[in-house]
Amino acid sequence: MWDYTEKVKEHFLHPRNVGELEDANAIGETGSLNCGDALKLFLKVNENERIIDASFMTFGCASAVASSSALTEIIKGMTLDEAAKVTNDDIADYLGGLPKEKMHCSVMGKAALKKAIANYRGVQILEKPGELVCECFEVTDLEIIDAVKENNLETTEDVTDYLKAGGGCGKCLDRIEEVIASVKAKG
Amino acid sequence: MKVIYTDNNATTKVADEVIEEMVPYLGQFYGNPSSMHTFGDQVGKKIKAARQQVADLINADPDEIVFTSCGTESDNSAIFSALNAHPDRKQIITSTVEHPAILNLFKFLRDKKGYDAVFVPVDKQGHLDTDMLYNSLSDNTAVVSLMWANNETGVIFPIPEIAKKVTEKGILFHTDAVQAAGKIPIDAKAANVDMLALSGHKIHAPKGIGVLYVKKGLKFHPYLIGGHQEKGRRGGTENTVSIIGLGRACELAAAHLPVMDKEVRQLRDYLQDQLLEKIPGVSVNGDLENRLPNTLSIGFDAVEGESILMLLDKEGICASSGSACTSGSLDPSHVLLAMEVPFKSAHGTIRFSLSHYNTREEMDHIVATMVPAIEKLRAMSPFWKDGKMV
Repeated sequence: MWDYTEKVKEHFLHPRNVGELEDANAIGETGSLNCGDALKLFLKVNENERIIDASFMTFGCASAVASSSALTEIIKGMTLDEAAKVTNDDIADYLGGLPKEKMHCSVMGKAALKKAIANYRGVQILEKPGELVCECFEVTDLEIIDAVKENNLETTEDVTDYLKAGGGCGKCLDRIEEVIASVKAKG
Repeated sequence: MKVIYTDNNATTKVADEVIEEMVPYLGQFYGNPSSMHTFGDQVGKKIKAARQQVADLINADPDEIVFTSCGTESDNSAIFSALNAHPDRKQIITSTVEHPAILNLFKFLRDKKGYDAVFVPVDKQGHLDTDMLYNSLSDNTAVVSLMWANNETGVIFPIPEIAKKVTEKGILFHTDAVQAAGKIPIDAKAANVDMLALSGHKIHAPKGIGVLYVKKGLKFHPYLIGGHQEKGRRGGTENTVSIIGLGRACELAAAHLPVMDKEVRQLRDYLQDQLLEKIPGVSVNGDLENRLPNTLSIGFDAVEGESILMLLDKEGICASSGSACTSGSLDPSHVLLAMEVPFKSAHGTIRFSLSHYNTREEMDHIVATMVPAIEKLRAMSPFWKDGKMV
């Protein structure tokens, strides 16, 4: 059984801000049914670019639900610029930490937030920029590079914990190792 | 909080009768069964009786029973013995839905020892592709190893029929009967298998005791080399207490087979029918007919298994999931993937596995917990709206 903190359990059993936000003006979606977890984030942003309300719908494990709940609580009241600086570590910290293998749940929160902000600002972010590395979980090299840099990841297991990449058939593990090495080589 | 235990394919409660049988041998009678004194020999006699009890459960001779430490050791011993018997043969055959004790052993033999490992697939109902199996058999096949019943879905392979065709060709046949034993009748002799693995803790004996049936006359190559114990087939001083417990557990399991077939089956079917009736978007995995009477693998669309388990756990209900999130791996279970169970329900699959200790009231409590649990999770799922998948 996972060693979830009381706060994770509490946010899973009593998630905050669940459901569609009727008058949302920014939406960010990430994950899929096949991947085993997915998050749809709804934001209501006012004319000063402040998030006055946030809600979510999540398919996934207890830590995915708790991470989504935590994310909405964290960003409510923030400006979009402030929200853009929220990291996946902030989400995990808010919950008193997540098991390492579950860090991808916090990364999912961060990814949905990024998309929602782009959605509000009308910025086109390419759906999956970069070269596809993990086919099972549709993770690109650029996403791996970002996660390695942001979280100072060292090993392929780390990358799997944070992005799920490599956690399916395992065919891409060598490629993930190359991507990690390339980031480390560049410092 | 009262525990409702419906995870009997994972492990079982040690029966009170088994504990009672074991206790004197944990304390008072600590002698070594091999000793040349009466004090040790009285333990030896008890082990002899236990060996008979185990043999009776699977219609074997006592001499065909080798005690091991677990099902995994039994499986490993069987496969390595078969490979040693035919060092010139380089092909090994199993299925895609085996327990890791066989699956990962075969992958190891393929990746590290150069064997040609064939993993025979199953169809959507979990039935083995026997045509492919039979077409794969050759003079180069060292061993075929197939589970008698699947731990996740309960689907039963036609082992007697398969074993006959395999052994007729002079190929060794091993079966992992860990999940089948005590749930359906097992007749090792009639099934014509060469080797067969059992595990104590799946049939209300303690953990840490297993059995390998080795057919009379079969040349056996021991895996654990040491003393003369188990007629030289498995070195190491006997786990006397657990062997004695296992003997009693096998006796009880044999007596309970009709209960399994009738009462436990009825409870399982009741739980299944209630869940299907009261919750939309539900599907049962595997062949409904040809299935262990205690096992229910059931998928709930658009929700995730670990979340369901957490909500069940809150009510003291123990079950397990076929989903990724509980195991640390990320894909749904290899069994569900091999059966091409759609992702929409594979991630939300729960396995309830019953025993004769379960009651109708417990099933009602599970249903009463599941209905709001699934509703709650679907209310926050982006893939569920207005009573159906989106």
